[in-house]
Amino acid sequence: MGKPKPKSALRPRYLKVHAFLVFAFLFLPIAVLVTFSFNKARSGTSWTGFSTRWYRDLIHNEEVLQDFRNTLKVAIAATIVSTVIGTLAAFALTRFKFAGRTAYSTLVFISLVLPEVVMGISLLVFFRKIAHFQLGLNTVILAHISFCVAFVIVVVRARLTAFDNRLVEAAADLGATPVQSFFRIVLPLAWPGIAAGAMLAFTISLDDVVITHFTTGPGGTTLPIYIFGQVGKFGVSPSINALSTFVLGFSFLILALAGFFSARASRRGVGGVDVTALT
Amino acid sequence: MPDWVSGHALLLPTTIVFLFLLIIPLLVVLQYSVAHRSIYKPIVFSWSHLHLANYTQALNAEFLPTFIRSIAYALTATFLCVLLGFPLAYWIARFGGRLRLFYIVLVIIPFLTSYLIRIYAWQFILQNNGLLSNLMDHVGLGANHDFTNTHFAVILGLTYGFLPFMILPLYASIDRMDKSLVEASYDLGHGKASTLFRVTIPAVSPGLVAGILLVFIPAVGDFVTADLLGGVRTQMFGQIVDGQFLESNNWPLGSAMSILLTLFILIGVFFYLWRVGDEAL
Repeated sequence: MGKPKPKSALRPRYLKVHAFLVFAFLFLPIAVLVTFSFNKARSGTSWTGFSTRWYRDLIHNEEVLQDFRNTLKVAIAATIVSTVIGTLAAFALTRFKFAGRTAYSTLVFISLVLPEVVMGISLLVFFRKIAHFQLGLNTVILAHISFCVAFVIVVVRARLTAFDNRLVEAAADLGATPVQSFFRIVLPLAWPGIAAGAMLAFTISLDDVVITHFTTGPGGTTLPIYIFGQVGKFGVSPSINALSTFVLGFSFLILALAGFFSARASRRGVGGVDVTALT
Repeated sequence: MPDWVSGHALLLPTTIVFLFLLIIPLLVVLQYSVAHRSIYKPIVFSWSHLHLANYTQALNAEFLPTFIRSIAYALTATFLCVLLGFPLAYWIARFGGRLRLFYIVLVIIPFLTSYLIRIYAWQFILQNNGLLSNLMDHVGLGANHDFTNTHFAVILGLTYGFLPFMILPLYASIDRMDKSLVEASYDLGHGKASTLFRVTIPAVSPGLVAGILLVFIPAVGDFVTADLLGGVRTQMFGQIVDGQFLESNNWPLGSAMSILLTLFILIGVFFYLWRVGDEAL
């Protein structure tokens, strides 16, 4: 961190106060939810004592367990497929010059900015009326692949653009075939970006509500869809608090794993990867 | 193997995905948006009789207020995100010190955790007899407050939900900005406010514009927030589109609405590309 530290007298206190208030704003609602998932009361928001009964109920709720398995199946399938094909595309977009490259990048960009509701209904119409697919787990997986791919491309491409192409040229000069240089130079260097892309795809898939909502059918319910449905029907309940806490904890675990991996990458890679994922 | 051959071969799988799961579905929606639907007959599409009435219906007195309301909500939420996010991003980038990475992780955590659950948490707090109402009761402000089904609740939800999308790109561009520009501005006699508006903000404008789009676009098409925190008075466009497909079964009308929403957003996106150039791609 080559930046000179500002003298503490110059440190604007009001900015610091603002920062802590915003962090409190971001985390207090989550903290409240987690706390009340351990509340004994069947309903209401008064604290009546500590209990883990809502978690015990969840473990015995076959529907929730099945939906969790579905969520994992979808996220794993979508992550593997989108990471592999997205990485290939990112490699092509950085390494090769060809006609239509800008057009392709525009397509990726449009896929990222298209409102989820539009993507959802367009897939619904396509699956039902053109492909004549039965809506279910498979259509959800296809839908998730379609929106994860663009994220993977953007994240991996950011990583590939950052590394020195002369390494690939040097490998070629030393007699490496393109395949050899891909596996021995490009892949190891791009690995943090690929891992970040996969992590992003996994978490986005895990949490998706809107696109899944339009493309799901019998046997294709995921946890977010279950939660959305329960909240729509019955409103706030302690068992949804517990299930939400479980989902948050699971996401957090994924993040921690990703953090462990990115700690091994350069500091620049860590900050850059997640931020470029957005733009 | 020539470059363009291997390049295209590597792009083949994603091209198939984009073609079948993005382009063709959008074209089918476009086709549906000009198809005719009558109650007793199946949906009819013909090239010679494009049914543009779906578009006029999508913008008639019944639906236009909702479209405008969605834009107003999204604009307000975006403005609040800038107001809350800019000073925070600036503080992390400039004064975060050794804990900079830690603070960024604190922004990334909500960014990567379920939007639905974070909005649900607000439902728990704001609903009738929710946590806030309960706290107010305890301090003698009366019971049975319901803060949901208000503009306030929906805008709060959108702001809360999308705030990390504003902070991250802002942080990235403030971090990249050349600090000597600020010093130069002070040396040339500009004050703090003048430096902020005439040097810092223009220098970080790519991040600012990216943040604005990343908040505004998902917010304007959102229906989860208004579903959980809103009611009849706060209906958003995304909810109406949802309704046309999964309740009223009026796909042509829903398609026309989707196309309008998409066009509206693409205009913003092309403005962004024009503003920051092709490098953004």
